[in-house]
Amino acid sequence: MAKKKRPVVEREDVVVKFVGDSGDGMQLIGNMFSDVAALIGNDLATFPDFPAEIRAPQNTVAGVSGFQVHMGSSKIFTTGDLVDVLVAMNPASLKANLKWAKKGATILTDTDAFEEKAIEKAGYKQDPLLDNTLAGYNLIKAPLTTLTKESLKELGVDNKTAERSKNMFALGILYFIFNRDLKPSFHYFEQKFKKKPELIQTNKIVLQAGYNYAETIEAIESVIQVAPATMTKGRYRNITGNIATAWGLLAASEKSGRPLFLGSYPITPATDILIELAKYKSLGAKVFQAEDEIAGICSAIGASYAGSLACTSTSGPGLSLKCEAIGLAVMTELPLVIVNVQRGGPSTGLPTKSEQSDLYQALFGRNGECPVIVIAASTAENCFYYAYEAAKLSLEHMTPVILLTDGYLGFGSTLFRIPKMADMPPINPPIAKPNDPEYKPYKRDPETLARQWAIPGTEGLRHRIGGLEKEDIIGTVSTDPLNHQKMVDYRAAKVEKVADFIPDQVIDGSPEGELLAVSWGGTYGAVHSAVKKLQNEGKSISHAHFHHIMPLPKNTEKVLKGFKKIVVCELNSGQFVNYLRMKFPMPNFYQFNKVQGLPFMINELTEKFNQLLEEK
Amino acid sequence: MDFVNMTVERSNVQLSKTDFESDQMVKWCPGCGAHAILAAVERVFPKIGYRKENFCIISGIGCSSRFPYYVNTYGIHGIHGRAAAISTGVKIANPRLSVWMATGDGDSLAIGGNHFIHVIRRNVDINILLFNNQIYGLTKGQYSPTTPMGKVTKTSPQGTIEHPFTVGELVMGAQGTFFARVPDNNINLMTDAMFEAARHDGTSIIEIMQNCIIFADKAHSNITGKDVKDEAMLVLKNGEPMLFGKNHEKGIILHDTHLEVAEIGKNGITLDDILVHDQYNQDPGIHLMLAKLAPPQFPMVFGVIRSAMYPTYDDLVGEQIKYARETSNIRNVDDLLNSGDTWEI
Repeated sequence: MAKKKRPVVEREDVVVKFVGDSGDGMQLIGNMFSDVAALIGNDLATFPDFPAEIRAPQNTVAGVSGFQVHMGSSKIFTTGDLVDVLVAMNPASLKANLKWAKKGATILTDTDAFEEKAIEKAGYKQDPLLDNTLAGYNLIKAPLTTLTKESLKELGVDNKTAERSKNMFALGILYFIFNRDLKPSFHYFEQKFKKKPELIQTNKIVLQAGYNYAETIEAIESVIQVAPATMTKGRYRNITGNIATAWGLLAASEKSGRPLFLGSYPITPATDILIELAKYKSLGAKVFQAEDEIAGICSAIGASYAGSLACTSTSGPGLSLKCEAIGLAVMTELPLVIVNVQRGGPSTGLPTKSEQSDLYQALFGRNGECPVIVIAASTAENCFYYAYEAAKLSLEHMTPVILLTDGYLGFGSTLFRIPKMADMPPINPPIAKPNDPEYKPYKRDPETLARQWAIPGTEGLRHRIGGLEKEDIIGTVSTDPLNHQKMVDYRAAKVEKVADFIPDQVIDGSPEGELLAVSWGGTYGAVHSAVKKLQNEGKSISHAHFHHIMPLPKNTEKVLKGFKKIVVCELNSGQFVNYLRMKFPMPNFYQFNKVQGLPFMINELTEKFNQLLEEK
Repeated sequence: MDFVNMTVERSNVQLSKTDFESDQMVKWCPGCGAHAILAAVERVFPKIGYRKENFCIISGIGCSSRFPYYVNTYGIHGIHGRAAAISTGVKIANPRLSVWMATGDGDSLAIGGNHFIHVIRRNVDINILLFNNQIYGLTKGQYSPTTPMGKVTKTSPQGTIEHPFTVGELVMGAQGTFFARVPDNNINLMTDAMFEAARHDGTSIIEIMQNCIIFADKAHSNITGKDVKDEAMLVLKNGEPMLFGKNHEKGIILHDTHLEVAEIGKNGITLDDILVHDQYNQDPGIHLMLAKLAPPQFPMVFGVIRSAMYPTYDDLVGEQIKYARETSNIRNVDDLLNSGDTWEI
């Protein structure tokens, strides 16, 4: 087989997915592949797709672990609907993922893994590499395991290590296909395996061998070039939504001068926030892994009373457990940030899959009249800014804030243009001054209706708060009927008044027209891309993506009234649309919903939009 | 009065009972044991010597948990069972506060059982006043986790069929470092235990045998009643032999692997055979045996049963932060944002 120069095909964007058994190292090569793309200046979004079990049975569909990368020479909004290049390390991963491959996609498989037993376990009746299962795809069949072992023969590496390195062989082939430089990965090995130098050599050899092998085979007719994207100048990094959330809270703590306290209990997919914050004791973060979800939030309420920026992070079932305590925070009017990384529900539901079905719970899931601020992030990167804003609103308005993200945002990553702390907005909590003769526990600021924060230890401000209704201004226990009415009204008005402090709702596109697509949370990328596509076709469609849900931006009604039809797209059965219907009773709300633990596909959205545009 | 714990700032003026009296009407039933506990707290807080702004009282739900409203300190009346978790947050956030928790047998041993054992296991430096009246009072008379088996209550018309918890046994099972038991009819025993609890670094549990005059009246009178207490109560003092009886003629001895009651002068027993109380012993073996003693075979043991030195959770949090600050190169959020793999575009 002779090496030959391949023609270069320019592509605006490409989706690559690495799939294999849970132990095959797909997350690792997925990350390495993304890092190299980022380094040459592609914009990108990634998403890991793994089972709830740590090591599901080998070679089964249940045990397939995947990592998807969408990279491009222009702004990337989603992790991609369908895949251009699929790396499938065993029959089960092929079986589980072939449906996501575009017609004509390139599929790289390890033929060594396609032995009879594995084929049968995957649920294939016969070898899919031999029948016409893969007709119409550009198939690269390579005995990856054998080739990896051969490449390491001279080094005298044991069989097990050699077998485990086959993911690097596959990565080498991909680097050739995408015309990538191997040096950054070599550098990565040198850093990662400082303490195990033999692994530096092993990985370098296998990666290079994969690259060289690709250069010689017929199946690769051309190489793909994705040019650097034109992006705002600045320093960048890759970030997942969960890490961005954790960092946003740290940033708010530093800016406000209030020490960070996180009281949390591990729960998928929110655990990474707890893990991340536990690393930053050097920034004074006090991270308390509680005995349960309730202790997580209750410890945070205690820390808030004592003067901390207090937070608790969780996912759906955990939020259910915290509801009573959220009521206590509402009643005591203490700042508290509750991060809910939503997952498929109800009950244990789909722990590793994403959904937007906790909106009702966030808005209404408590006893009594119990309003809280609800905001939602929409990209992995802006989890940083919305976590920061959640903390700012909570501290300045003395009320709990629920920040909604989801598993898709939490696990997924995007590029993040690194901000400077000096540019972040100030945070000024209403802290009561020592010995202030005017201080009363429930005296309110006329602009925000927030009460003052009198921190234990401060001279001259001793007071008691609690879950029992309190008398207006003086804060003693009260069961007076009219006082209760007044306090209920105050708590509601305080949250509504936050609308004076948040930006107007933005419309992407014309402020008037046939159809307004409305979305919130993690579906931004898909809905934005679908709307853009139809706008480019000249259709009368605009997009409003909501980040502020309770309260809604002040211009919301005006935004909605500019359109003949409004379609609210959500990964639930219609929670935001019903909330909007309740707030703005109008007959022209339509809805598009999906509750499958999967993100929206752009083409299913455009199909729905076209249908609504065509119907009279 | 020298304190081990120097974290909490001390008052530079002599405080008195009036510094801690709240202007709120105390709404416990006349004759309720809680009144005496309130009196004990108002007497002991000024003696402890901390600044009055550094006291913080946290409670859950129940009769006991109205406590914060009746003392002029910082305080939170929380939600049912969660006082230990709220207190933990207060103490971790600000170790310079002297955190006290008022709770009951229902609040801490039923709905709040999980938080109760875990705050003890972690040894967070808070002081827990556990009002044990063996009944749910505020909901008007249902049995609790400490109600004696067979007792008829509103929810056990034929008598309970549950084995009750012994508080001290639970505390030591959760690796408790401080446990005291006191009756609500002896203010000196109460204030002594509270004072020692304040001095102890770590979670201090004071079980107060409290009388609920309405729903479980005289629940403890077979032990703390005037006519029986000489025989039924043994009050421990550190370093002194464990004696009881009208003329201190009886004592506790260790026989094989268990405790026994012995009478001095009988069967060759002398004062030297009687166990001497060592509340500071790290080994909880004898402490646990003492906590479990009960009539009719034994007297019930009162006073500070255990007070062992272990690092507190809040101190360890502080130490880890101090170490991280000295060794990490991430000193602010700008450092963090620019750490690891970054690149310029």
